[in-house]
Amino acid sequence: MKRIKRGLIFPERYDEAKKALGRKKIEEISLPEEIIIPMSQHIGAPASPIVSVGERVLVGQKVADSEAFISAPMHSSVSGEVKAIEPRLGGDGKKVLSIVITPDDKEETISFKGLSDEEAKDPDRVRAAVREAGVVGMGGAGFPTHVKLTPPKDKPIFDVIINGGECEPYLAADHRNFLERGDKILDGLKIIMATVGAKRGYIGIETNKIDAIYHMDKLASSEGNIKVMPLNAIYPQGAEKQLIETILGKEVPSGGLPSDVGALVQNAGTAAAISEAVRGGRPLIERTISVSGHGMASFTNIRAKIGTPISHIIEECGGFKGKIGKVVVGGPMTGVALFDLSVPVIKGTSGVIAFTVEDTSIPNPRPCIRCGRCVDICPVRIMPNYISQYIEVDQVDRADDFDVMDCIECGLCSYVCPATRPFIQLIRHAKAKIIAEQKREEK
Amino acid sequence: MGSDYIVSTPPHIRSGETIEKFMAWTFLALTPLVVAGLYAFGFFAFRTLILSILSAVAMEAAVLRYRKMPIVISDGSAIITGLILALTLPPKVPYWIPIVGGALAIFFGKQLFGGLGYNVFNPALVGRAMLVLSWPSIMSGSWFTTLRELDGITTATPLTAAKAIKAGTLIGDISVVYKPLLFLNRGGCMGEVSALLLIIGGLVLIARRVVDWRIPLFYLGTVFVMSILTGNNGVFNILAGALIFGAFFLASDPVTSPVTRRAKMIYGICLGLVTILIRFYTSYSEGVMFAILFMNSFAALIDRYTRPITFGTVKAK
Ligand code: SF4
Ligand code: SF4
Repeated sequence: MKRIKRGLIFPERYDEAKKALGRKKIEEISLPEEIIIPMSQHIGAPASPIVSVGERVLVGQKVADSEAFISAPMHSSVSGEVKAIEPRLGGDGKKVLSIVITPDDKEETISFKGLSDEEAKDPDRVRAAVREAGVVGMGGAGFPTHVKLTPPKDKPIFDVIINGGECEPYLAADHRNFLERGDKILDGLKIIMATVGAKRGYIGIETNKIDAIYHMDKLASSEGNIKVMPLNAIYPQGAEKQLIETILGKEVPSGGLPSDVGALVQNAGTAAAISEAVRGGRPLIERTISVSGHGMASFTNIRAKIGTPISHIIEECGGFKGKIGKVVVGGPMTGVALFDLSVPVIKGTSGVIAFTVEDTSIPNPRPCIRCGRCVDICPVRIMPNYISQYIEVDQVDRADDFDVMDCIECGLCSYVCPATRPFIQLIRHAKAKIIAEQKREEK
Repeated sequence: MGSDYIVSTPPHIRSGETIEKFMAWTFLALTPLVVAGLYAFGFFAFRTLILSILSAVAMEAAVLRYRKMPIVISDGSAIITGLILALTLPPKVPYWIPIVGGALAIFFGKQLFGGLGYNVFNPALVGRAMLVLSWPSIMSGSWFTTLRELDGITTATPLTAAKAIKAGTLIGDISVVYKPLLFLNRGGCMGEVSALLLIIGGLVLIARRVVDWRIPLFYLGTVFVMSILTGNNGVFNILAGALIFGAFFLASDPVTSPVTRRAKMIYGICLGLVTILIRFYTSYSEGVMFAILFMNSFAALIDRYTRPITFGTVKAK
């Protein structure tokens, strides 16, 4: 079995929800009263609206685009009328320009057109189709996929890895994607490999989704150059660089990219979206989401239209149970705590988790007692204890010496720290400062 | 802007380990020893224990108040400091010794450095060292002296007896010495009353991962090996004196020991070497205490030189 060298196997009490979710078929939910499409759902330049208020839009119609290379267009996930184009609250508590659409129940769809098999062999056409469909990484970071499919000329890609290391508790969206959309994931992988000219493909899946491993293994059995790799269920196995280390045995250099070791990693859901975009011309307007946590009446996997307000999803999934302390979008280790439930699902939303007051952890930060746990567990082998102490006294350059920039923000150090130190907060602050400093020097 | 929900940075789940739990486990691990100590030394030990803890807690509260910081005694660290100090004192010391000691331990050992987590030296040992340096005769003369009856030796602690063994003045059944060391030793301080209970307590802390096994293991191991290499009795040197107590409860104190795993091994070995040096080659009988205080000051330095290599920074093949 393959696994990363450092990391955490979550205690059993977290398995329950994940296991239950793994058995739940992906369900459809009803249309909300409004769809909110924020102009920034990806890393890079935000898109600009190309529709106007009052206009009628159809399912799959492009409503925003950008000239920039690192960007992605947006599409309407419903048919209906553009009600407003205004700043709306995003998941991070900041307002972003959003297109607000009132759906009608006609579900009128524009006609999609995919590439022919012949055309799909042309990398440029594939990249164009993927871009046109607005596909971005669906694991959370939201990096535009057509950019990833365009590796630098001097860095050939040999290995493509499908990331099935859905390693955070409470999430099973990719687990279900494998089971229900496995053929599309495999097809997506083949498209990626052909597009970047890779020789080998891997599908890394954690052993807590054993049925997904069997299913994918069966699907891929006739492919000579594609291997399903069972991985130990250890967090953060699903982090890109960690996954490359496990599967290929290579460490991506500090500050570098996977392409530096000839690898490309793509999330399972994204691979399926690539397949849909290329074969059927279908834009990314829906995604699988796990709705979970002990504050929810039930655990559900749903197919959500991009732009659906979280509050609507919670209602559709049976509502809250008990007194709610925290609602998180994403996983419990890296997700964002919501300020307001009106924020919409975006392309990178993998889950919605409701914590009851009882299981809400309220940090009570204390000075470090040097127990060493954070150092022992950090998957990138930096020293969160010293780093956070330097940042606290504003010695950001010392933190930089201790490689704070390599932190992948997995949150493990905070998870294990008996002093519940606020590492992520401090580290993000330091990273921002260091980047600002570098920019200033470049000028 | 208000929200019904708690908004904080990730992660949103935690292991549930807290400083309080660490302290509670330390307290629990020491309880059998304390009971044995009270049984062995009776009222004096009880008095010493209570006064030391009260004094440490009072000083902690006073300083926190002066520094206008929230007075958190509930983290248990001051109580543990008072407890550990009492366990290292001769049971029959005058009543004001634990009072002064507890206060010194917290003031000079901890708060002067900025409080819990910032102290460089083990506070209890700082308190004890100051007592030894200020009142040497009281600190070395207040032992119960059961060993004296053994063989007409007029010395106090088993460790001094060990020097006697080495010199060949104490011949006879070694088990006379081992047995009390393991089970009930009335010759030393409370923290030396039973090596067996100490080891059990230490193992509990290791199992709970409050203490890292590397420091005690490498410390004891080094003393054992070095004793034999220098022609001394290895087992006796481990059991005698404050070594077991020191290895499990003082040297492994997270705050004052290094952080990385490799550093902890190096630290343990250095502790062993320094202890042997002091025991065999100086006239002090306080080997463990000075060794730990001495090595405390190198903890951060050893960390620095054993820093893990960051992911992805190994030179390309
Ligand atoms: S320092 Fe960064 S990478 Fe290391 S454990 Fe903490 S969050 Fe994870
Ligand atoms: S886990 Fe917390 S208390 Fe322990 S060394 Fe790291 S920062 Fe310090």
